[in-house]
Amino acid sequence: MRTSNAKVSSNNRTKFNVVDTPVPKVDGYALVKGKTVFTDDFNIPNALTVKILRSPHAHAIIKSVDASKALELEGVICVLTHEDVPRVAYTRAGQGYPEPSPYDTFVLDKKVRYVGDAVAIVAAETEEIANRALKLIKVDYEVLPAVLDYEHAKDDGAPVIHDEPEISGAYDVSHNIASHYEMHIEDVEEELAKSDVVVEGTYYTPNQSHAMMEPHTAISYFDPNGRLTIISSTQVPYHVRRIIRHVFGVESRVIKPRIGGGFGGKQAVHVEAYVTAVTLKTGRPARCVYTREETMTASNTRHAMRFKVRVGASKSGELRVIDMEGLSNTGAYGEHALTTFMVAGSKTLPLYNKVKAVRFKGDIVYTNTEPAGAFRGYGAPQGMFALDCALDELANKLGMDPIEFKLKNSIREGETSPVFKVMGEGREGVEQIIQSCKIEECALEGAKLFDWYEKKKKPRINGTKARGYGVAFAMQGSSIPAIDMGGATIKMNDDGTFNLMVGATDLGTGSDTILAQIAAEVLHTTTDKFIVYSSDTDVTPFDKGAYASSTTYVSGNATKRAAEKMAQEILKAASEIMNEPVDSLHLENGQVVSENGTSLTYSEIQTKLFYTFKQRQLEVTESFVSEVSPPPYMVSFAEVEIDLETGKVEVVEFLNYVDCGTPINPKLARGQVEGATAQGIGMALYEEHVLDKNGRMVTNDFFTYKIPARKDLKNIKVKFAQSYEPTGPFGAKSVSEIGLDTPGPAIANAIFDAIGVRLRKLPIKSEEVFFALNS
Amino acid sequence: MRVEFKVNGKRHSVEIEAGELLVETLRRLGYKSVKHACDTASCGACSVQLDGLPVLSCRTFTAAVDGHEITTVEGFSKEGALSVVQSALLEEGAVQCGFCIPGLVVTAEALLNENPEPTEEEIKTYLNGNLCRCTGYESQTRAIKKAAEIRRGTLHRNANAQGDGI
Repeated sequence: MRTSNAKVSSNNRTKFNVVDTPVPKVDGYALVKGKTVFTDDFNIPNALTVKILRSPHAHAIIKSVDASKALELEGVICVLTHEDVPRVAYTRAGQGYPEPSPYDTFVLDKKVRYVGDAVAIVAAETEEIANRALKLIKVDYEVLPAVLDYEHAKDDGAPVIHDEPEISGAYDVSHNIASHYEMHIEDVEEELAKSDVVVEGTYYTPNQSHAMMEPHTAISYFDPNGRLTIISSTQVPYHVRRIIRHVFGVESRVIKPRIGGGFGGKQAVHVEAYVTAVTLKTGRPARCVYTREETMTASNTRHAMRFKVRVGASKSGELRVIDMEGLSNTGAYGEHALTTFMVAGSKTLPLYNKVKAVRFKGDIVYTNTEPAGAFRGYGAPQGMFALDCALDELANKLGMDPIEFKLKNSIREGETSPVFKVMGEGREGVEQIIQSCKIEECALEGAKLFDWYEKKKKPRINGTKARGYGVAFAMQGSSIPAIDMGGATIKMNDDGTFNLMVGATDLGTGSDTILAQIAAEVLHTTTDKFIVYSSDTDVTPFDKGAYASSTTYVSGNATKRAAEKMAQEILKAASEIMNEPVDSLHLENGQVVSENGTSLTYSEIQTKLFYTFKQRQLEVTESFVSEVSPPPYMVSFAEVEIDLETGKVEVVEFLNYVDCGTPINPKLARGQVEGATAQGIGMALYEEHVLDKNGRMVTNDFFTYKIPARKDLKNIKVKFAQSYEPTGPFGAKSVSEIGLDTPGPAIANAIFDAIGVRLRKLPIKSEEVFFALNS
Repeated sequence: MRVEFKVNGKRHSVEIEAGELLVETLRRLGYKSVKHACDTASCGACSVQLDGLPVLSCRTFTAAVDGHEITTVEGFSKEGALSVVQSALLEEGAVQCGFCIPGLVVTAEALLNENPEPTEEEIKTYLNGNLCRCTGYESQTRAIKKAAEIRRGTLHRNANAQGDGI
């Protein structure tokens, strides 16, 4: 049996028919024509508008809520407070179950823990009435002192943020520690003592807003049979369904339509619980669309982190020790607290596997600020900013080129790192031998393309401008091994098409498209023969959702397995129909071809199976869970220009050289890297939350919170290494997150190269550079 | 009050509230491509053309378009076929989540009507008000450049460069 003509080699990208070609997105026509595909585009008759009354205080006890005036308003249907919703502790984090995040959240609580925390749910006939009702609700608060600075969250006498008895899973609530983690390999103090050169530094990465263009949105209703149905802009429909059942004790169907961006921000239950509470209470459909301000201030943010780093090396540039002590701000609730912190180590440390001793430890603390959550990179950009910058400083101190130094100490094919086994996500990890790693090609070919060595010879200062060049290395993972599972179902139709049903959650990444490409490659047909339907918990098989760089790898492998099984089913059916042995048949261009030259199209086969011959529907379901998490690798080169009079930093060129295995769709893969780089540049130079003295976020819209616009970005270039991951579907690894890991360190390293000042806190705003130049 | 205006060539006569914004009216009429995204006139996702020029419908009173012509993205795919700009966006991988795309298309169409041969810098300047969080803009700029060339007849439809390189 031949199911694929592809020839496999570990170094050269294989020739495929459909994979590794830039087919347009399968959902692209609908999107580019502006069809009604997003949650708020759906007309649900009789739907109530749901609005949330939010706390103006960072930390307060709700003594009483008087909604009588609001309820008198015509068109107000209900106002729900903590007394009206189940008191069930949960985590909003959409993770594998049981979740490593503490159960420290209630749909509504009698205490509020940040400015923006939910106090009451209002449902009204129109948005205007709902907004008026919000203003008529009187809340009596007992205002408590708040913890706004995460570096003081553990201080003696700091206000305790979580004192409710029902919560579980938090590490030490009396000191506001949501989670704690520590590991070490060998003795870091001993290795530091043996090191010829040591660098110590403290590095900060900021909160960052996902700023996806579509705000958080959900609609709930009872279907004609009384089944609760939730349409939600979510990355994790199956986790939403599980959490809604945990909190409300009700079964539901969760449908994910197109999503207007997520980046991890929609890897949590935000709106679904509020609309569900209203539909359960009133029996009516309920719609809630967050405002931009709510999306900015009352959903999730990236965990701000501080790392105190010590690294040491021998004179000849052998890295001896990495010691990272971290502190992470999880805000008011601990969603993704432990796991993002661990990823700051587990997706950075194995890159430098030549090191003799490693220590990684720290606390993840509660504060009275917006809860942090999952955000593309998931801790790795924070950890890599600290580690890569420290190694850059070390290379500088050694008088070595940073590319040479980082390459000398980084991992290669056939090697491993003990960190893989020690650190997983919320628990121990898995051992793995690296089977694909083109970090050398990425670094050396990238340096050539960027003209690194020639550029480094140039003078840095030219009049009032300075130029600098920085490099950063990164790795990520492909899925959470031994935890996250994805399934795929393929059904054959009598017109030669296939329904591909996946729980995998396309949030704009193009996963529907690349899964169709994988299936088409196996089944020797074209992508347009696949009708992809994704993420409807009543229809599609389970999938963990879109996160952890897992869809291409996990859902892709599940789809490949399902397609391979479908190929067998087709060949078996054809063998019976054609009366020829299976071994003499193969798939080719949407048909089964026999050695004797006869053939049957898929359409002919399924038509016979429907109506006239051994009647049956061909349909298969397969699942995949990985034992390993093959890292993609990337080396990025940044050229910055700094205005010495104003401190203005411009990223003149940013080159990414990426090893993601086979890019299933090169254009979509390139788009993932370009987009992640843009977000990384935003994190490096512009994006920051500013709180007033009462804890209110003043950077709550696109004027005050600066995401890069077109003219803020110059030339982002992407090149893919020739690479093939044997465990991936057609050699693929992940590509969606890694692009965010390098801009911070590459730009900070370039700024140092330009002006000789090491800035260790992101974002590096022009003002910071100006003050650094003038201090 | 009642206002009359055309959307994509179709005449509408609608009763509106005082102070009603065009984005609300258009969405109510079923033009769901016009997006709410920022609430502060800063992202461009609600862009429509008013008599051929791009405006933010979230800051345009419906009363002000009485007697005028509005074009939304639905107006550019004639009889279901994509416009050159739409095709180029799709082919260049410039459509990720797609939420900003309707606003981007109407802005880019206006650009190419105004300036059929824009430089890269002119494209970047014209599109600076259309925020996108997915793409990093590079693919969008490539697509608009390509669309301009196709519209001028200097590039053939199928001259579709590979996506995996610089």
